[in-house]
Amino acid sequence: MSDPSAASIVSTPRPEQPTEIGAPTNAGLPENARKEKPRGLLGDAWRDLRRKPLFWISLAIILLFVVMAAFPWLFTSGDAKNGSLTHSLEKPSSHAWFGYDIQGRDVYARVIYGARASIVVALLSVFGTMLLGGLVGIISGYRGGWADAVLSRVADVFFGLPFVLGAIVILTTFNGSGSNNSTIKIMGLVIASLVILSWPVVMRLMRSSVLATKEADYIVAAKAMGAGTGRIVFKHLLPNCLAPLLVYSTIMVGSFIGAEATLSFLGVGLRSPVVSWGIMISEGQNYIRVAPGLVFFPAAFLVTAVLSFVMLGEAVREALDPKLR
Amino acid sequence: MGRYLVRRLLQLVPVFLGTTFLIYWLVWSVPGDPFAGKCGERTCPPSYVAAMTAKFQLDENVFVQYATYMKNLLQGDFGTTYSGRSINDIIATAYPNTLKLAVVALAIEAVIGLTAGVLTGLRRNGFLDNLVLVSTLFMIALPVFVVAFVLQWTLGLQLKIVSATVSSEMPFSELIMPGFVLGSASMAYIARVARTSIAENRRADYVRTAIAKGLPMRRVVGVHLLRNSLIPVVTLLGTDLGALMGGAIVTESIFTINGIGREVYRSIVTKESATVVSIVVVLVLVYLLMNLLVDLLYAALDPRIRYE
Amino acid sequence: MRVSKRASSAIAVGMAAALVASGCSNSESKDGDGAATQDGAIVINNVQPENPLVPANTTETGGGKIIDNLWTGLVEYPNDGGAPRNALAESIDTTDSKVFTIKIKKGTKFHDGTEVKAKNFVDAWNWAAYSPNGAANGSFFSDIAGYSDVATEDPDGDGPQKAPAPKAEKLSGLKVIDDQTFEVTLGAPTAVFPTKLGYSAFMPLPDAFFSQKPEEFGKKPIGNGPVKFVSWEDNVAIKLTRFDDYTLRDKVKIKDVTYKLYQNEDAAYVDLLSGQLDFIEPIPTSALAGDKYKTDLGDRALSTVIPATAFIAFPIYDKRFANPKLRKAVSLSINRQEISDKIFFGTRKPADSWANPLTPGAPQGNCTACKFDPAQAKQLLQEAGGFQGEMVFYYNADSSHKDWMEAVAQQVKTNLQIEARAEGVPTFAVLRQNINARKMTGPYRAAWQQDYPDIENWVNPLYIKGGSSNDGLYSNPQVDALAKEASSAPSLEASHAKFAEALKLVDADVPTIPIYFYGLQVGHSEKIKKLELTNVGELDLSSVEL
Repeated sequence: MSDPSAASIVSTPRPEQPTEIGAPTNAGLPENARKEKPRGLLGDAWRDLRRKPLFWISLAIILLFVVMAAFPWLFTSGDAKNGSLTHSLEKPSSHAWFGYDIQGRDVYARVIYGARASIVVALLSVFGTMLLGGLVGIISGYRGGWADAVLSRVADVFFGLPFVLGAIVILTTFNGSGSNNSTIKIMGLVIASLVILSWPVVMRLMRSSVLATKEADYIVAAKAMGAGTGRIVFKHLLPNCLAPLLVYSTIMVGSFIGAEATLSFLGVGLRSPVVSWGIMISEGQNYIRVAPGLVFFPAAFLVTAVLSFVMLGEAVREALDPKLR
Repeated sequence: MGRYLVRRLLQLVPVFLGTTFLIYWLVWSVPGDPFAGKCGERTCPPSYVAAMTAKFQLDENVFVQYATYMKNLLQGDFGTTYSGRSINDIIATAYPNTLKLAVVALAIEAVIGLTAGVLTGLRRNGFLDNLVLVSTLFMIALPVFVVAFVLQWTLGLQLKIVSATVSSEMPFSELIMPGFVLGSASMAYIARVARTSIAENRRADYVRTAIAKGLPMRRVVGVHLLRNSLIPVVTLLGTDLGALMGGAIVTESIFTINGIGREVYRSIVTKESATVVSIVVVLVLVYLLMNLLVDLLYAALDPRIRYE
Repeated sequence: MRVSKRASSAIAVGMAAALVASGCSNSESKDGDGAATQDGAIVINNVQPENPLVPANTTETGGGKIIDNLWTGLVEYPNDGGAPRNALAESIDTTDSKVFTIKIKKGTKFHDGTEVKAKNFVDAWNWAAYSPNGAANGSFFSDIAGYSDVATEDPDGDGPQKAPAPKAEKLSGLKVIDDQTFEVTLGAPTAVFPTKLGYSAFMPLPDAFFSQKPEEFGKKPIGNGPVKFVSWEDNVAIKLTRFDDYTLRDKVKIKDVTYKLYQNEDAAYVDLLSGQLDFIEPIPTSALAGDKYKTDLGDRALSTVIPATAFIAFPIYDKRFANPKLRKAVSLSINRQEISDKIFFGTRKPADSWANPLTPGAPQGNCTACKFDPAQAKQLLQEAGGFQGEMVFYYNADSSHKDWMEAVAQQVKTNLQIEARAEGVPTFAVLRQNINARKMTGPYRAAWQQDYPDIENWVNPLYIKGGSSNDGLYSNPQVDALAKEASSAPSLEASHAKFAEALKLVDADVPTIPIYFYGLQVGHSEKIKKLELTNVGELDLSSVEL
């Protein structure tokens, strides 16, 4: 399986864009649609999606977060990096809507600026995990036999690694103190460690779906009709195995934001002055009795972001799934 | 089936060796001199460092160290920590506690997650559905310490419903709160995956047939629907037991449970390969056996899946 | 010196110092109930000791707290901060500060019933000093004549060569005269030697120690202190009970003492509030924030100060930090009062002197570089030619230093208008390894607690060329000369005056910058009616009444 095709495992909306344009025109022509079954499926999905308010709402919120990540200064004029102790732990006011943290930094500005690192790390890690886990899961579930045995056992080995241990080793080896890595490189390393340490779950999930689906009548029928492996996998197996994966991955966005914070807290992840929601939440930990807002505000943003991803994933999945139509 | 089982059990051997070596090597490559920080702002006496180095063969290369470790392991000796404690003892005392906590967490997670999943899967997009989604997501977004802190202070100290920390005898009643905290992070996954699976299978032919046959709804849901929707849920639960055991570091420390979490973390930062590997080895065995169990359950749950 | 894991600062325990904290009290006294006290039991928080409980091998506070109560040394350090006084020693006599005749009290017993004799001291010290035994506190015996014959070093560090076997097994400077008397000959006159004898490395060991492995002894230690060992369940609890045959001053009145072993201070605090714990030290940050602990505990909360100082040290071997003007500029740009108020909620005091003010002989307020003067700081920076690149302040991320180090970096950044930030190094061990290897590329946090109550301990190890903790490689020949004069001065007064002079020169060079003096907050349950704290903030068991 090549990379571009596997990409559709996660970001379903984007790769289909070319067909989306063509789809509505085809939709009105049933003969056409019947001839090109996969395109018809996506066309149907798009038609379905367009009518869903949930899809538009979640898409709008995600766009808002994307803009926030790309151009944080549009949302705040505050300084997310520098503070002054004179403002330490001040309550929310008209100057700083969410108050100030222990270092006297504007919490609102930090939450806005934190969107970038949080969203980029979480999304790319989920993407990578789905790619790697999904790929291995399909091969192992579909091929079975020795391929399954070997790949499953390799997954078991990685599964056995404690997260903290794996992350400390990977990150200190490449990102030890004193190394002068750029922020982008550190992000890359953090993403890589998250992917390496989390793919086995996705692999197991994908494999179980494939195992359950590959004996289905339509797969057997497709095989009997002489369809090639690639065709069976992409046109039949994948769309039908995607559901649990998509659900899992959207929630995983939330866990990864938290995992990134754990790494920063151990001194091996992102470093100040880079801000992320996870870092903010763990920094607020000691002051939860005096200033619960330090934990609450970033957590609220995190929940909103994850919620919109879950909703979007849900809408797309329902649209894609012929059984639910 | 029998042959499959034998084959899977045989496969455990290379996985076991691979994992233990990988972990041994990883811990070995954690940077830092284990004895550099032992004597405060002073460097330790070289004689002390030399004695410790010789005792734990730290001047040998990683292969020799691993081989020695495995040789002792095969004789049932896990070795000792740098502080001279027998790792066999640590495993014998800490593992049952961690396992107890993880099982309680898994049970809570399964019960709450599955109930929520089934209810919301049958009636999607209702009020309950949204409530479950938002509340379980909040559990994921809030780090464990916040959930633990809030419960500890409200239920434990203010309302005095439960004991705020766990006593060393670990009665079941005191484990419910920590179990909930530990399981809370995975609840959203279980609820969501169960919901999706139920919703999908709800439209399946066999469900329609069952309803058409006039079977009572309870039976349709309880036997036909649930059984066929459990595969992804079981996969998650199976992989989660190991994760719960290995990931209880924070929960264990907040509720003063004498589990493996603290030993794993402590021995990682002090570079005690033998301790890390010994503790993780047992975890790996749990993972492997759970995965095997899950694979066997697939066949039991879904007649379409067969192992030959 | 012991390492406290939670503060990861070097905390040596057991040295006396005057408590001069204004508005702080270190004791709680109401009248206890004699009968309740007599059979009473208390639970104290602690952490799992890192090593078996052998005095000469204990370098951290988890084990140190237990050792301090299981053993009684030759001298003890009073809670009120007075001069060290004899405990087990009947007399310590010397004419030249080189040869000491030590007489111990007759009839005191180890917990196994054997009598404490002079040879128990000599054997214990010989064991600790003999390098193949690898005792972590072995270097405390380097004052004694013959140390170089029993302790050898690995000639090539971590290399393949092994350290040669020592020439002798015993220190030539130790001699048993009779059951109650022994003689110690030092390599050179050292007036502070008797003061050191209260440190745990110098405790006696019973004969039973030498007939088994140290690790086995350390799991069931036999001491000679006011309480004896009962049991140790790893990661759960260590139980001690009153030693009824104890005859010295600090007999305990209560019966059982349980040290509950926590990994999380917040959990211990919750236990204190729910009545499962009787004494907590220290109160966790989450409760110190916003003075919550005062509302939680009322008059059951106590505040004290301990003779320890937090520093930021410069890697002077890095030429970017070689200019004293730059170092002083950094120091002057830090608003210590604000850090104390906002980050520590007033629980630590801004540092204004080079030696901790609780130390005898330490001049007060002699750190002119500790002022907050951003204008002068900027001018000095300019005179030093500015600072190129980013100034990174390093701390160990395995304990709570992030907040104050970030505040320091921010103040330097704001007030000097240079690029500055704080960066965590994963563990204390990794930080120390980099420091030991002289690989630091920016200022880093450090902490110092006196080993013995004398200003000498705040100069010789820190600012003298080759000093054991002069990690930044600071060197000023004038300071070295003055300190040498001070060490061999005829009287304590003269010695203190010379050290004060040396510190004046140090003040001009700013090799490190003192930031704050440590404070300590503790709390107790309603069950405890009366208690006192030792000079380092531990619970003095002999004072407890219920």
